[in-house]
This record gives sequence, structure tokens and C-alpha cells, in this order.
Amino acid sequence: MTDLTKSQRFEATVLPHLNSAFNLARWLTRSDHDAEDVVQEAYLKAFKYFERFHGGDGRTWLLAIVRNTFYTHYRQSQEHSRSEQFDEDCHSMEDISAHGAKTAENALQRRDDERMVNRALEKMPIEFREVLVMRELDDLSYRQIADVIGIPIGTVMSRLARGRKLFAGLLAHNGQEA
Amino acid sequence: MDCKKVAELLPAYIDQELGVGELMGIDEHLQNCPDCRREHAAQRDLGAQIKARASYFTAPPHLEARLRASLPKSNAAAPRRWTMQWRAPWLHTGIAMACALVAAWSLGLYVMQPSAQERLAEEIVSDHVRSLQVDHLSDVASTDQHTVKPWFNGKLDFAPPVVDLATQGFPLVGGRLDYLDGHAVAALVYHVRQHPINLYVWPASSHDVASTQTRNGYHLMHWTAQGMNFWAISDCAASDVERFAQGLRVAVNEPT
Ligand SMILES: [Zn+2]
Repeated sequence: MTDLTKSQRFEATVLPHLNSAFNLARWLTRSDHDAEDVVQEAYLKAFKYFERFHGGDGRTWLLAIVRNTFYTHYRQSQEHSRSEQFDEDCHSMEDISAHGAKTAENALQRRDDERMVNRALEKMPIEFREVLVMRELDDLSYRQIADVIGIPIGTVMSRLARGRKLFAGLLAHNGQEA
Repeated sequence: MDCKKVAELLPAYIDQELGVGELMGIDEHLQNCPDCRREHAAQRDLGAQIKARASYFTAPPHLEARLRASLPKSNAAAPRRWTMQWRAPWLHTGIAMACALVAAWSLGLYVMQPSAQERLAEEIVSDHVRSLQVDHLSDVASTDQHTVKPWFNGKLDFAPPVVDLATQGFPLVGGRLDYLDGHAVAALVYHVRQHPINLYVWPASSHDVASTQTRNGYHLMHWTAQGMNFWAISDCAASDVERFAQGLRVAVNEPT
């Protein structure tokens, strides 16, 4: 196979899933900058190992590489530092919404909801966060999620169930704080 | 269908992942059970809330441009030139760590051919992942080493040492026949805190020094003992894999 046809096939089957890759990486790393690094490295690997991709689902194949890239290089270095940072960001948002004008109340309420949902999701343990992100935000099937993570379908289901419960708890907890 | 079964299947029901039979069973139950109906509504709304309100982060345009620019454009683009093309944007971002990573990549990928050991490690990672994906960890599911060991009789031309390490936190849960590197091998399955460990065993032709490595997030450990190759792999902590290997080495040398 020549490099040209390889590039073309790669552009047709893997490159279109860039948004999926970035969204997953962004939710795993919780940082734009790190997400870009993870995605870039994942694409490097994906191109390198593209010969091993024998058709099928280009998106799950790419997402599995994104996930592995994150777990291999990035997780340890960043897992501690982020949660506190996130809380600080949220306080200033709360001040803004507290003083919001009446006409803007609905828009603010909606932004407030979005902020609370994002915050709850960011605080979730990573193994639940990733299944929820793939299921709810990227509409992956249980089979696809199982393939990305390398776990049985039954485990996908139980993680989603526990994840939703945890999410409800975090959301309620954040609601009390606000 | 009873409430317990409904509770178990509810996530899959909400996600439309059930077969018609189960689907109808739950439909019928929900019509008659207010408790399960409430639970169903609560779970469904949570999922819907994430779908509707959580941010979907799309890739910034400059990232796509950078990725496209990095792909080789002609047949003349040899792998070495390709890594140079990749390296430029990384240097540009000025992240020392990222550059070191890419340098490591180009070294690992283009200067050295993967050794037989590396190819084997790669094969073990894919086998491990496959064994989890198809939910087919064990052909013989048993926590009793005296059931698992004889199961291999007649299936392999060697007798793998089978020991239980439950007392050290690594219960044996089963075994299966597998193929690695062109050989039939024994795959023994252990657990550590709900994480599966695959242990591959087959006769060794040489004596290898124990080594550990991490690949795709999985921790691998390899050693030889009593004329056998041992490869352990798991997604649990690296220290767990090492403790497991240590416990196993002791147990194999002192069979009960
Ligand atoms: Zn019920």
C-alpha cells in the first residue's frame, strides 16, 4: 500500500471522527490544552497502526486509541490538580448569576443548569464519566462503548446505571452548595 | 418479570438496548408497578439532562488543520520525513514533555524494529482485551485449583502449574485454552478487587529475567520459572500485578 492511498483512506475513515475524539479527550482531561495533546498523539498512533484497522467502526477504533493515550501518559500527571481549580471557576459564575437582571433570568437559569450539569459530570470518577460521555453525548451503543473500553457489555450497563445514580447525587449536592 | 429483574434491566431499557422479549416484559411491568415507574422516570430524566445540558466539546479548527497538515501527501513521504512533519507543530507549541514523547515515538517506531518480546507483549495485550470484550474469560469457571488443573489434561502437551492465591487477595476464577505466538497456552484467570488478571503459561525454551511494562494502560509482567513462561496482564495497579507475580512465584516453587 502506498502512503498516498493510506493517507486517503485514513482521511476518509478516521479523520471525520475528530469531534468525537476531542470531546472524549476533553472530558477525560478536563482541559482544552491537554485534550489537544491527547488527540494529536492519538492520531499519530492511529496513522501509524492504520494497517491494523480492517474496516469496521472507525470511530470506536479511534476512541479506543484516544482513551489508551490518555490513560498511558496523562492520567497520573493531572488527576490531582484539577478539581480545586474547577471550584474556583464556579464561584465567579455564581456571583454573576446572583446579580443577574430580571430579563436575563431565564437565560441565566439555563446557563446555571448547564454549569451544574457540567460540574457534576466533571467531578464523577473517571470510569463512570467516560461511559456517560460516550453514551449521552456521543450516542454510542453499549457494544461500541464495550469495544472502546475493552469491557463486557454487562459492565457497560452497570457502570451507566451506577454513573447515573452518582451523577444524581453530585447534582443534588452541588444544588445545595449553590 | 419481578421488580428486581426490572431494576437490573432498566438502564438497557432506557437506552433501547433490549431485545423485544425483555422490552415487552418491562413495558408490562411498568404499567402495573408505580415504584418501578418512578425509578424509570428518574433514571430516564437524568440521562436526558446530561444529553441536553452537558457540553459537547468540538475540536478547535486549528487542530484539524494541524492534523491534516501532518499527513503525508505523496508516495515520496517516507516514515522519517513523516515524523519530522509531525514534530514541527509540537515544537511549535513549546511543550517539552510532548516533544520528548514524540522523540521517544520516532525512536521506538522508526529506528528499532519491535523485538520478538515486544511483539509477544502486544499480542498478549490484544488477547487480554479480546478475552474481556467477548466476555469469554473462562472455559472452565472454578475457584478450585483441583478442578481447573485437570481440565487442561489432554488439551495441552504440558501441565501448567495451577495455584490459588485467594489468601493473598488474588482468587483464581477459571481457566481457558488460548493461543499465543503460535503455541497453545494455558490462560488462567484471577481477580484482584474485581479486576481480571490473565495469566498465560507455556513451556519456556530459555530463561528470561523478570520484566514489567505498561502497554495501552495495561500492566504486564513476564518471568520464567520451573521451565515455564509466565505472562501476567491486568488493568489493575502496576503494584498489584507485581504482588500477584511475587505471590505466584512463591506458590509455584512451593507447590501445595
Ligand atoms: Zn416493580
